[in-house]
Amino acid sequence: MRRLRPETRWAYVFLLPWLIGLVVFQAGPMLASLVLSFTRYDLIGAPEFAGTANYARMLEDPRVSRAIGNTVVYTLLHVPLAIAFALALALVLNRVTGRAAGAFRTIFYLPSMTPYVAVGVLFLFLLNGQAGMVNQFLALFGIEGPQWTTDPDWILMGIVLMSLWNLGSTTIILFAALRNVPRELSEAAMIDGAGTWQRFRAVTLPMISSALFFVVIINTIASLQMFDQVYTMFFGNQVAQQSYGDAALFYVVYLFQQAFQFLHMGYASALAWVLFLVIAAITLVQVKVGNRLVYYEAEEHAG
Amino acid sequence: MTAAEPVRAPGRAGPARAAAPAPDPAGRGTRKVFFLTVLAAASVIFLYPFVWLVVASLKPRDRTFSDPFLPWPVPFRPENYAAVWDAAPMLAWLVNTVVVGVAAALAVTLSSAFVAFGFAYFRFPGRNLIFGSVLATMMLPAAVTLVPTFLIWNAAGLTGTQVPLWAGNLFGSAFYIFLLRQFLLGVPRYVFEAARVDGASYLDLFRRIALPLSRPALIIAFVFELKASWFDLMKPLIYLQDPALYTLPRGLKAVVDQFYQGGDPKWEIVLAASVVTTLPLVVVFFLGQRYFVQGIATTGRR
Repeated sequence: MRRLRPETRWAYVFLLPWLIGLVVFQAGPMLASLVLSFTRYDLIGAPEFAGTANYARMLEDPRVSRAIGNTVVYTLLHVPLAIAFALALALVLNRVTGRAAGAFRTIFYLPSMTPYVAVGVLFLFLLNGQAGMVNQFLALFGIEGPQWTTDPDWILMGIVLMSLWNLGSTTIILFAALRNVPRELSEAAMIDGAGTWQRFRAVTLPMISSALFFVVIINTIASLQMFDQVYTMFFGNQVAQQSYGDAALFYVVYLFQQAFQFLHMGYASALAWVLFLVIAAITLVQVKVGNRLVYYEAEEHAG
Repeated sequence: MTAAEPVRAPGRAGPARAAAPAPDPAGRGTRKVFFLTVLAAASVIFLYPFVWLVVASLKPRDRTFSDPFLPWPVPFRPENYAAVWDAAPMLAWLVNTVVVGVAAALAVTLSSAFVAFGFAYFRFPGRNLIFGSVLATMMLPAAVTLVPTFLIWNAAGLTGTQVPLWAGNLFGSAFYIFLLRQFLLGVPRYVFEAARVDGASYLDLFRRIALPLSRPALIIAFVFELKASWFDLMKPLIYLQDPALYTLPRGLKAVVDQFYQGGDPKWEIVLAASVVTTLPLVVVFFLGQRYFVQGIATTGRR
């Protein structure tokens, strides 16, 4: 081996923790999980080669399609709603300056400091069909609220509602982006006679497009991996699990059950790899689309 | 990589600039009142569930759902909190959560800073490639490595202990490495070179210059990882069997299963346990608030 300069050797010393972690906890497990996905493995015997049986089984497993359906519906509802509400909040925050904005920002972030298990517990009570606060509130307007936590047709909607309590970080990211929009641009547009909507559409939106794009990606990825709140509310207890069937079955919940309840490590690995491919593909597509839609300040200066 | 977008150099972190006084057309006052009203209404929506939780946890069981819009407990029943302490080992769970959380946060902060210094200071063959691996793992869903990671800890004989809850953090984490590297790139190089001329070793550069200078970024990494560890339900579900070793989220899940879903409904205990699980973190948030806000705005961590 060629002798390395001492500086280079030291560089690798500093990188060593990362490199070890990369091999042992990232790349290694990724590959291991790919290999395991082609086996049957229950932790007791040695893994048995099973070809593509796990993947074939996924195609036929009705619980997989149910879990995918629930997860996709949740994501399609949560992401646009969460971003629309967060953007609205951030826009209003941006109109009040100084201490007030800071105080409100703190309040909006507080729900995000509630551990997901506690969020799940809290919403089991708030969404309670008979006596929960949400339905008591609706009753004030003469609306009879649904059985959010037990009616299979309404469980997902209840989960979406719960997820909208947690807009803190998305709001903060969008608010920070709005604060970076040079006021001169908006003022110039105003002088040119642009109305509020036109200014938002032609100035603000392009200037915060990279932040918007970023929150779409992180919210999508997080939604696809929803676990804690749902598991707290609807799983882990057999009495609870039976009553509402699979109405609250999310993909990662099913993956977790297969791996650690049924010890189907091979099947769980196949589920995991499909999730990885889906998330990688979504990220890639979003980046491609994003590059076309997002306005990057730097490009303009470079060009 | 897209995750890089919102990250800014340390000098520009924080609120970008003081708001310039805008031209003051007529009607600005009433509009401001309107905006403040909207924000106040939103605040009520975000805060009221907390209020309800605390109030309900201080009422007797048969009143849990009564008067949901009354923001104080009638009748007042603080004994619920004593009952929680008897029903579940809350104190042990709290101690476990703090110990695991601090271990996880310290491990990830120091190791990430160590690696980040390597990326920021040195120029060496393969640097961009290795840094690319940092960026690539940012989007790697944790669920993908769940099974093999479990097999590793199982092979090491460490399942059933708290070690898997924090020891993986000893190798740095992509988000924090990225954050700290950005921060260190903002330190003028001559600061390091001057110390080198004075005979400082590379380890000295890291310990005496890089670490103290990146204190704000270190605090961001620490508070975020503390929060992440305090939130974590999945790892304790996988690795812990003995209730004495549970962290608060895992313990709270056990409390829910027994006293909400199970045949022995004691809602007041579930509610009080939820408050105990949440409150310490809210205190941490108020102490480290500006680091949270900066951290979210610069890294997009949730």
